[in-house]
Amino acid sequence: MPETVRKVAFALTASVALLTTACTGQSSSGASDDASKQTTINFWHAWSAPNETKAVNALIAGFEKAHPNIHVNVVANMTDDKINQALRTGGDKAPDVISSFTTNNVGKFCSSGALVDLNPFFKKAGVDPSTTFPKAMNEYTQFDGNRCTVPLLGDAYGLYYNKTAFEKAGIAAPPKTWSEFETDAKKLTVPDGDGYKQLGFMPDYHGWETTTEHYFAQFSPTYFDKNGKSNLAEDPAFTAGFTLQKKLVDELGGYQKLERYRSKLGDEWGPKHPFHTGQVAMQLDGEWRLGMALDAKPNFDIGVAPLPVPDDQASQYGKGYITGTIAGIAATSTKQNAAWELVKYMTTDTDAVVNFSNAIHNVPSTLAALKSPKLKYDPRFKTFLDIAANPNSTTTPASVNGGVYLTTIQQLGYDYESGKVTDLKAALQKTAQQIDTDIAQAK
Amino acid sequence: MSTITLASKRRRAALRTAAFMSPWLIGFAVFFAYPLISTVYFSFMHYDGFRPPTWSGAKNWTYVFENYPYFWPALRNTLWLVVIMVSLRVLFGLGVGLLITKIKTGTGVFRTLFYLPYLAPPVAATMAFAFLLNPGTGPVNSILEKIGIPAPGWFNDPSWSKPALTLLALWGIGDLMVIFMAALLDVPQEQYEAAELDGASAWQRFRYVTLPNISPIVMFAVVTGVIQTMQYYTQPLIAGKVASGVIQGAGTQFEPGYPEKSTLTLPQLVYNLGFQRFDYGSACVVALVLFALSMVFTAFLMRRRGGLNLAGD
Repeated sequence: MPETVRKVAFALTASVALLTTACTGQSSSGASDDASKQTTINFWHAWSAPNETKAVNALIAGFEKAHPNIHVNVVANMTDDKINQALRTGGDKAPDVISSFTTNNVGKFCSSGALVDLNPFFKKAGVDPSTTFPKAMNEYTQFDGNRCTVPLLGDAYGLYYNKTAFEKAGIAAPPKTWSEFETDAKKLTVPDGDGYKQLGFMPDYHGWETTTEHYFAQFSPTYFDKNGKSNLAEDPAFTAGFTLQKKLVDELGGYQKLERYRSKLGDEWGPKHPFHTGQVAMQLDGEWRLGMALDAKPNFDIGVAPLPVPDDQASQYGKGYITGTIAGIAATSTKQNAAWELVKYMTTDTDAVVNFSNAIHNVPSTLAALKSPKLKYDPRFKTFLDIAANPNSTTTPASVNGGVYLTTIQQLGYDYESGKVTDLKAALQKTAQQIDTDIAQAK
Repeated sequence: MSTITLASKRRRAALRTAAFMSPWLIGFAVFFAYPLISTVYFSFMHYDGFRPPTWSGAKNWTYVFENYPYFWPALRNTLWLVVIMVSLRVLFGLGVGLLITKIKTGTGVFRTLFYLPYLAPPVAATMAFAFLLNPGTGPVNSILEKIGIPAPGWFNDPSWSKPALTLLALWGIGDLMVIFMAALLDVPQEQYEAAELDGASAWQRFRYVTLPNISPIVMFAVVTGVIQTMQYYTQPLIAGKVASGVIQGAGTQFEPGYPEKSTLTLPQLVYNLGFQRFDYGSACVVALVLFALSMVFTAFLMRRRGGLNLAGD
C-alpha cells in the first residue's frame, strides 16, 4: 500500500510539468479620460525593419507635434501572440493602441471585446468610415456591426511578371483572364530534366502568396450566407477556384514535381526569391514585392498587372485581394479618448497617411490619400493603388474565431492539390460543416 | 491535566510538522493543485480570456474529441514520438555512454563532441537540420544522391518528417550520455571480474551485470524522456514552418503540422486553441489529456519494474 502511494505520488509529481496554468480576471473601462490634459499612452506595432520603425516614429512625431499634451511610448516588433496576451491582462505597461498585420483576427478582437467599438468615437468626431476608407478595407475592419479596428495602410495583391521572359516567349501583354494565364504559364515554362530551367508560375498553395484566399478573390466568392453559415459548398466561385488551381498544378508538371522544385527555391523574404532569380516567370504577390524585387537587382524588366479574372468576369479585370494592417484601442485602456486621438490621426489624417505610405511603400488606406498628389511612387505601384480603389476588389470577411475558416479551406486546398482528396464536391460539403462547427464552438 | 498536556504537545508537534512542510505545501497548492483544479474547471467552461467564463458542460470535450480536426493526428504523432523517439534516445544514449567509457584515449574529446549539440538552442538546431535535410538543396541529400541512395523528402515528406525529428533528437543526446556514463562508471568492477572468472561473454556481462546495476537510471531516462516528449513543441513547429516555406509575413498562411499534419503535437494544440483561437476551454481539455497520458505512461513504467525505488538501493 505505501508503495502504491509512493508510486502515485511520483507519477503525479512527474506529470506536474505538463499542466498549463489558467489565468482569469479581466477589467473593462470606459472612455472617461480627458484627452486635452497631459497624458502618456502606449502604442504597440508589428513593424520591425529599420526603415519601417523609422517611418512609424516619424508618424508618431507628427502626432505629438499636433497634440503636444499626449506623449506616445512606441513599442516595435510586437507579434500577434504578445498583443493578444497584453490585451487580456491590461495594466500600465499594456498597450492603449495596437496595430497588427493580421486582419483575420478582427472578428476575434471585436466579438471578445478585446478592442473597443470605435463607432461612437467616429460619430463623435463626425467622420464617416464608409466614405473615408475603400470599400474592402471598410469591411475587414468590422465584425457584426462592431467596428473595433481601423485600416492603417493596406496591402493589395496583383501579378508580377518577367517582361524579358514574356518577350522571349512572344507574349505581348500580361494575361487578363485565367485561360490566357494558363496558356502563358505553359508557354513560359522551360523544363530541365526533373525540374525547370524556368517555371511559368508556381501554382502550389505553398508557393508563398498563392493561398486559397488570394486566388479565390479573383472569383469574388461569398464566404458566408445570410445566416452566417459557410457558403463553401454552395457558391460556385469556390469550385471554380479550386478547379483552376488544380488544373494549373497538373498542367505545369504535377504536384510532386512542382513541390520538389519548390524545395530548391529561395525563401519569400530573402533576395533569392525565385521571381528575383528568374526561376519563376510570374508571381502572385503583394505591393511590397516591387521594392524587394528592385533591391535584388534582377537581370530582367519587372512588369506589374492586376491578377487575371475568370473568363466570364472579364469586365471586372482590375480587381484584386485587399488586406492590410489594422489599428485598435484596447478595452483595458484607461486613456481611450487620448488613444482615439492617436488612432484618428494615424488612420484618417490624409497627410499622415500619405507620408507613412511613402515611407514604407504600402497602399494608403483612405480614399483621400489614394488620390493625394503628395503620394510618391514608382509608376508600376499605381497598379496596386488602382486595385485598392477598385470597387470590385474583395477581402475575406471577419469571423468570430478569426481566420480559422481560412485555415480550414486552405487545408482542403493542400489535400486537393496533392491528390489526397479527389471528390471536390463532397470535400467542400465536409469542409463547410467543419467551418460551421468551429464557429459554433467559438460562440 | 496530563492528558491536556499530552494533547497540546501533540497539537504543537502537528503544527511544527506542518510548519516544516509548509514551503512544499504552499508550492504544491499554488503550482500544482490550483492549476489542476482550474484546468478541470475551465475545461467545462466557455472562456475566451476576455469575457467572464460561462458554463458549457461537455461541449469542449465533445469538440476536441469529435470535431477538432487536429486532435487525433496530434495524438498519434505524440504517441509515435513517445514510443519510437524515447526508445531510440535511450538506446543511443546508452550506446554512446558505453562506447565512451570503454575507449582508452580521447575520452574527453568524444565526451565534448557528443555533449556540445545538447547545448544548441532548439530553434537554431532545428533550423540547421531543416537546412541540412532540405530535399532540394541540403548537403545530406546531395551526398545520398551522389552515392546512389534514393534521397528522402525529410521534413517535406509526411512519412519522413518524424524520423527526421528523431534524428535531430538523437543528435542532441548529450544529456542522456552524461547520466549513463556516470551510472556505468558506478558499476562495481569486482562484479565484472567475478563474471569474467565465470566465463561470461561480453553480452552476458552487459546483460547480467551492467543492465541490473543501471536499470534505475534507464528507468529515469525513460520516464523523463516520456515527459519531455509529451511536451515536444518547438522542434516540430519550427521544422514544419521552415519546410513549408512560410517563415512569417503578412498574408502568408502557415499550415499547422506541415506536411499533412505529420508534425503536429499535443502541446501545439494547447497553444493553438488557447492563445490563437482564444478557446481556453478546449485548450484545457487537451492539457488534461496530456496530463492523463503522462500519468498512464508513468504509472505503467513504474509497475514494469521496481522503478526508481531501486535507485536508492
